[in-house]
Amino acid sequence: MNELIATLVEPFDAAEVELRSYASSETTYHAITIPVSDWVGFALHAHEIGFDTFIDLFAVDHFTEAPRFEVTLNLLSMTAKERILVSTRVPYDGATVPTITDVFQGANFYEREAYDLLGVDFPGHPDLTRILMPDDWVGHPLRKDYDIGEVPVEFKAGSADL
Amino acid sequence: MSDAPENMEAGEPNGDLETVQPEQTVEEARRTQHEIWVSGTEERMPFAHATDEGSQELLPSDLDPALDIQRGVAVDDDYVVPERVIDDERQIINMGPQHPSTHGVLRLHLELEGETVVRVKPIIGYLHTGMEKTAETLSYSQGSTNVTRMDYLAPFHNELAFSLATEQLLGLEVPARASAIRILMTELNRVSSHLLSTATMGMDIGALSMMIYGWREREICLDFFEKTTGLRMNHNYIRVGGVAADLPDGWEEDVVVLIKKVNDGVDEYEEILNENPIFLDRTLGVGVLTPAEVKQYGVTGPVARASGVDWDLRKAAPYCGVDQYQFDVPLGKHGDSFDRYKVRIDEIRQSLRIAEQIVATIPSGDYRSTDAKVTPPPRARINESMEALIHHFKLFTEGANVPPGTAYQSVEGPRGEIGAYIVSKGGARPWRLRWRAPSFAAVQALPAMMTDSLIADVIAALASTDPVLGDVDR
Repeated sequence: MNELIATLVEPFDAAEVELRSYASSETTYHAITIPVSDWVGFALHAHEIGFDTFIDLFAVDHFTEAPRFEVTLNLLSMTAKERILVSTRVPYDGATVPTITDVFQGANFYEREAYDLLGVDFPGHPDLTRILMPDDWVGHPLRKDYDIGEVPVEFKAGSADL
Repeated sequence: MSDAPENMEAGEPNGDLETVQPEQTVEEARRTQHEIWVSGTEERMPFAHATDEGSQELLPSDLDPALDIQRGVAVDDDYVVPERVIDDERQIINMGPQHPSTHGVLRLHLELEGETVVRVKPIIGYLHTGMEKTAETLSYSQGSTNVTRMDYLAPFHNELAFSLATEQLLGLEVPARASAIRILMTELNRVSSHLLSTATMGMDIGALSMMIYGWREREICLDFFEKTTGLRMNHNYIRVGGVAADLPDGWEEDVVVLIKKVNDGVDEYEEILNENPIFLDRTLGVGVLTPAEVKQYGVTGPVARASGVDWDLRKAAPYCGVDQYQFDVPLGKHGDSFDRYKVRIDEIRQSLRIAEQIVATIPSGDYRSTDAKVTPPPRARINESMEALIHHFKLFTEGANVPPGTAYQSVEGPRGEIGAYIVSKGGARPWRLRWRAPSFAAVQALPAMMTDSLIADVIAALASTDPVLGDVDR
């Protein structure tokens, strides 16, 4: 753990840091896990100390695991050439993560996408509506319990008519 | 005049807004605004009025703080937002989703005051086909056929990001020749993508001959792709463990000819456009994006570099040994449409420079990993070896087993950072594939570029941003 990452996680006791590296490359990034209560505070702190480039925000459905949804934030420090993936877990019932659109304006569309596809709520978001799916769509398609459906295949050779 | 602009006036409450309680916050009002009916349910909440577009509607400005933020109120900003006089001239028009200059199915709500754009709302999702969901049902060897269709102008970059993320999970080293071939193909792909972007940008703002020239040179690149992979687009060439086939015989001469022709072509473009007064008038100072906005919205690639943000993943987070080649990162100063065009032109030259070095230095050896658990055996071995037959059978019925874990891998695509985030729970299929699409971030930053400009400048700003809607909607 280098100095910048140490400064980053220093105010957050519950943060867990893991160093990972790219395939066939020297490039590394840090995966940091924090509780959801630290979410906005961590984003603010990261922005202050140089992780000021918003890259990505998304959710993952870990079906059958205890806090089911994982929301991950991908930030970049261009001066230090460091990347962090900050993730937090929230339970299935009333899955809410406070919005960070006040810290990173770019989180706007990404939080809408996470809401649309996985049904994670972001209280405080200025316009939390569906973004990719139609307005009248029922359900959140990237959830693991969302039925993907199928087209029935007719095996004519096996039917009784022949 | 339609209903919608009238409702914009002076916050005049429409029928829907009268139900808003005084203690409701703006956010709550915003959320309850669109209780639309859900098909198949008994209770139908009718639309408020005939022109109601559900959550897509451009609301009165006091109820839409998101758009105000995107106009650049919250970040360091170059716009002068004057006190507006509300008059009858204000109207809302739709640009797209079938407008030819929207490069696909992007739809923009434009609120106009005369010919000046007051607010912009990008509406996306018309090309959403659930490719992230589809990826969960495909094995790792099938996955690259899926992701190659996302940003259909940068298929090699998509395949590379997916393959590298999977290799990160597997802990797999690919041979040096495979890495060099990957870099060669992705750099030539960058060339073909920038050629197309420059061509369509010229077409959009009236330099129609540019369109013909750009496609002429792009064709040379596509011919080489076809010779190597068998397909002009959606190649499925870069796969987990290496590439699908070695480069064809005589590829060195092909690439040398390609470099020569494209370099000559690019010189020609600069002669046509750089001094062209109409082109300069349409692009200089149009659609400006500041470095602060670039960082706030996560805009990457040529658009960010045109604003002077020195960030190229090939330098900052190198992959496949791209850092061993000599190349420069072209930067712009003003962040306007012209700088974006110029950065792309310079990047074409730099990518050709990399290709030139690869022709000179490509190592010999395998073009894919020899790990039999990941890459299928050569066809001839199946007739001779029982193990090869078993491996082949297991790979094509079950697929390669990938250990549990998560991996993120980013690649510098023609439009910016293409990122693949794979969650594996073991087995032959990813549990979740998250695609970080560069065009998605660029579309989000469009209001910051377009607000307070003329409607004709919207076209120039959009063309120079070069979003690919297959990438935005996935």
